[in-house]
Amino acid sequence: MEILMAIIIGVLFATATYLFLSKSILRIIVASGLLSHGAHLLILTMGGLKKGAVPLVNQEGIPVTDPLPQALILTAIVISFGVTALFLVLAYRAYQELETDNMDEMRGTEE
Amino acid sequence: MSLLHLAILAPFIFAIIVPTLYKYIRKIHTGWFVFIVPVILFGYFSRFLPDIITGKTVLKTFAWIPTLHINFTAKIDGLGLLFALLITGIGALVVLYSIYYLSKEKEQLNTFYVYLLLFMGAMLGVVLSDNLIVLYMFWEFTSFSSFFLIGYWFDRERSRYGAQKSMLITVLGGLCLLGGIILLYIMSGTFSIGEMITNVDVIVNHDLFLFSMILFLLGAFTKSAQFPFYIWLPDAMEAPTPVSAYLHSATMVKAGIYLVARMTPIFAFDPTGTWVWLVGGIGIFTLFWGSFNAVKQTDLKAILAFSTVSQLGLIMSLLGVGAAAVHFELDENIYTVAIIAAVFHLINHATFKGSLFMVAGIVDHETGTRDIRKLGGLMSMMPVTFTIAFIGAFSMAGIPPFNGFLSKEMFFTGMVHVLQLDIFNMETFGVIFPVFAWIASVFTFVYSMILVWKTFGGKIQLEKLEKKPHEAPIGMLISPVILASLVVIIGLFPNGLLGRFIESIAHAILPTYEFEVHISHWHGWFTPELYMTIGVIGIGLLLYFTLSKWTKVYDLFPKKLTLNQMYDAFIPTLESGSSFFIKSHMTGFIRSYLAYIFVFFIGALSFTIWSTGAFRVETTNLAEIGVYEVILALLIIIGCVTIIFAKSRLTSIIALGSVGYTVSLFFVLFRAPDLALTQLVIETISVALFLLAFYHLPKNFRHKESRRFKLNNALISVGVGVVVTIIAIASYSTKLFDSISEYYVKHTYDPAGGENMVNVILVDFRGFDTLFEISVLAIAGIGIYGLIKLRLARRSEK
Repeated sequence: MEILMAIIIGVLFATATYLFLSKSILRIIVASGLLSHGAHLLILTMGGLKKGAVPLVNQEGIPVTDPLPQALILTAIVISFGVTALFLVLAYRAYQELETDNMDEMRGTEE
Repeated sequence: MSLLHLAILAPFIFAIIVPTLYKYIRKIHTGWFVFIVPVILFGYFSRFLPDIITGKTVLKTFAWIPTLHINFTAKIDGLGLLFALLITGIGALVVLYSIYYLSKEKEQLNTFYVYLLLFMGAMLGVVLSDNLIVLYMFWEFTSFSSFFLIGYWFDRERSRYGAQKSMLITVLGGLCLLGGIILLYIMSGTFSIGEMITNVDVIVNHDLFLFSMILFLLGAFTKSAQFPFYIWLPDAMEAPTPVSAYLHSATMVKAGIYLVARMTPIFAFDPTGTWVWLVGGIGIFTLFWGSFNAVKQTDLKAILAFSTVSQLGLIMSLLGVGAAAVHFELDENIYTVAIIAAVFHLINHATFKGSLFMVAGIVDHETGTRDIRKLGGLMSMMPVTFTIAFIGAFSMAGIPPFNGFLSKEMFFTGMVHVLQLDIFNMETFGVIFPVFAWIASVFTFVYSMILVWKTFGGKIQLEKLEKKPHEAPIGMLISPVILASLVVIIGLFPNGLLGRFIESIAHAILPTYEFEVHISHWHGWFTPELYMTIGVIGIGLLLYFTLSKWTKVYDLFPKKLTLNQMYDAFIPTLESGSSFFIKSHMTGFIRSYLAYIFVFFIGALSFTIWSTGAFRVETTNLAEIGVYEVILALLIIIGCVTIIFAKSRLTSIIALGSVGYTVSLFFVLFRAPDLALTQLVIETISVALFLLAFYHLPKNFRHKESRRFKLNNALISVGVGVVVTIIAIASYSTKLFDSISEYYVKHTYDPAGGENMVNVILVDFRGFDTLFEISVLAIAGIGIYGLIKLRLARRSEK
């Protein structure tokens, strides 16, 4: 299972990288979304999968899955959401001011 | 801190109050106040003379950074004292001369004397430091105070050019010197020259010995204007003439000589003979090249600059040949005469070259030009100046009875003795030393004659001169007169006190020998030196009188191959090269930089995995694959592919959303209810946000990309995906220790008092993470608000 997950994570990373390298700013934002999905799944996979019950106390006797990666991912989800939201608004404002969403046209010029 | 330290630092201290003196006492030339400093210091250092002659040394230590073995150790021995006397003595004369040379009204005297005092203090520090790091510090002080002095008339383009050139070259050498010092420290464990000399066996047999020697020599050669680093010296002639007289004849350019002499007790023991060949060989070639090029110059100071280069080469070659003494065990060591000759010529050169520079300054001052093609016939108008020039130039040419004659005879003796040396291949190639020495002496004779007779002899050309020439004011003449009389006095009485002083200096250079100095004018009929001198004068006269016929020789040399041309071409090439380099990869496109980052990521990580053999697959610890997981995995892959190929923006958003929801389903399957909940909510909000933002963005989701562009991107992204997958598998397969989660699992209820482990970790065990995650969200919110609300730029446009 972990190997399958590793391959899926690899697909997510590869797609994100491909989109990062494109010219449209929108595709770059989509890429950052995909990349954070990949990272979250990576954290979860590295902690080990399906080794027990939901991490709640009242299930006596049964071993639970590792709660630490879940806490880390929860934090990471919130942070990546904040960043993505800011990034989106930035792209929107950039388009309003510069009237382009093409990264090549956003290249700064020498004074 | 002893009086000796204060004496070294006195010029620095005095330099602080010079601007105040200049500002408030305008009636008196600031130079008069400055004049006191070198005079007092000269008196102070002279008091050491009796002690030094009897063979004592003075050592005073002041702890500076003792933990790093850096102490300001001042040491006076023969060599140090000689330089200290030269620096303060000629310093006093130069200050006196500058008082009459520089106008009180027109020049910025405060800066001039501050720089000059900085330089004087720095030189004293160089020659009196026993600690190499302190020596290096003062060494760089001389470099940059000399930079200021050369660029003194900073509104002239040539001054700035000369100052920059000398700075670049001497600082290059200075940094090499620092490298050499550090290598010596690694070898010997001390920065003190005295302690290194006692450990010379360890140093000589160390692997780093040769590197250290070469770095030291680079430092010494750049400072002392040896071939091929001499090119800064002729351009440094843009400095005011007192500066040229002081720095570029008597003191700074001899710092390299000092360094070579000072390090001789260490490097001369080099078993391969590299030191002898490098110092001697480069010295003798510099001697020849400098004198050869001096003949074609038409500017008085340029002639003197090349002559300085050549005379420094002479001293350097003598030091190199003298270093052979330690390898040559004989009862009567004939190579030590080279060391004595080096020391003696060092003194002589300081006297006659200082006076000649001052003469050049007087001629410039009184006629308005230094071009020998415009000058001539000044003999009757400036009799005193002429006499000084005559004495200086004849001494430089090596004609009796002046002191230059004596040192040139000894120089020949030293060079002829090279023929008897049978080590380091000297028996085959050693013959170049006397031959080059003799040819160079002929050229020296020729340019010395040009210097005197083209300036003072012949007919006067009044129409070409800016001013009507007349004798210089008496104050300007005092310093050159003193130096010229020294030339004569040393020439007539070379032994006695001076001789014993030279013995102690030579003993400082080669401490294993006792020297006995006896300098005489006449060696008898049957010595080769006599015939060499006669030959120099004879051929020299012949060349001088046929000057116009053979100077065409110089045109034969291709102009593009001169060292100056190379230097001038090198600097712009360096600039355009680095500009080309920057422009070639700093494209300004984000995509390029991302590509660099990704390619580096792929390269560095895959190389590490390959070189350490880290990749392995462990299948024992894996969870089973279920049907649901396979379906979800397929969903994610379909989502990714859809996003890549989607033409419309709506499709891609929906695909992104589907990936997000699939991830949350994974969280459900992998027993992470809190994650699933959060992921669902966040994904929904994100998609809503995307839709909101995209509504305002252009319909055209994609920009035209060429096939090659896409192919490169695809290659990079597949590489990143593969590397990530490999690392994930490899690191999952190598578990080094158990998780720390056991602790959290056990203590969630007692003592933390909760049942949901993830939530307890978030708000109790690791609450700080949550605090700052909240801050991140707050900052993002404020940022979004600011972005939307603050539109100052547009408002100001309207």
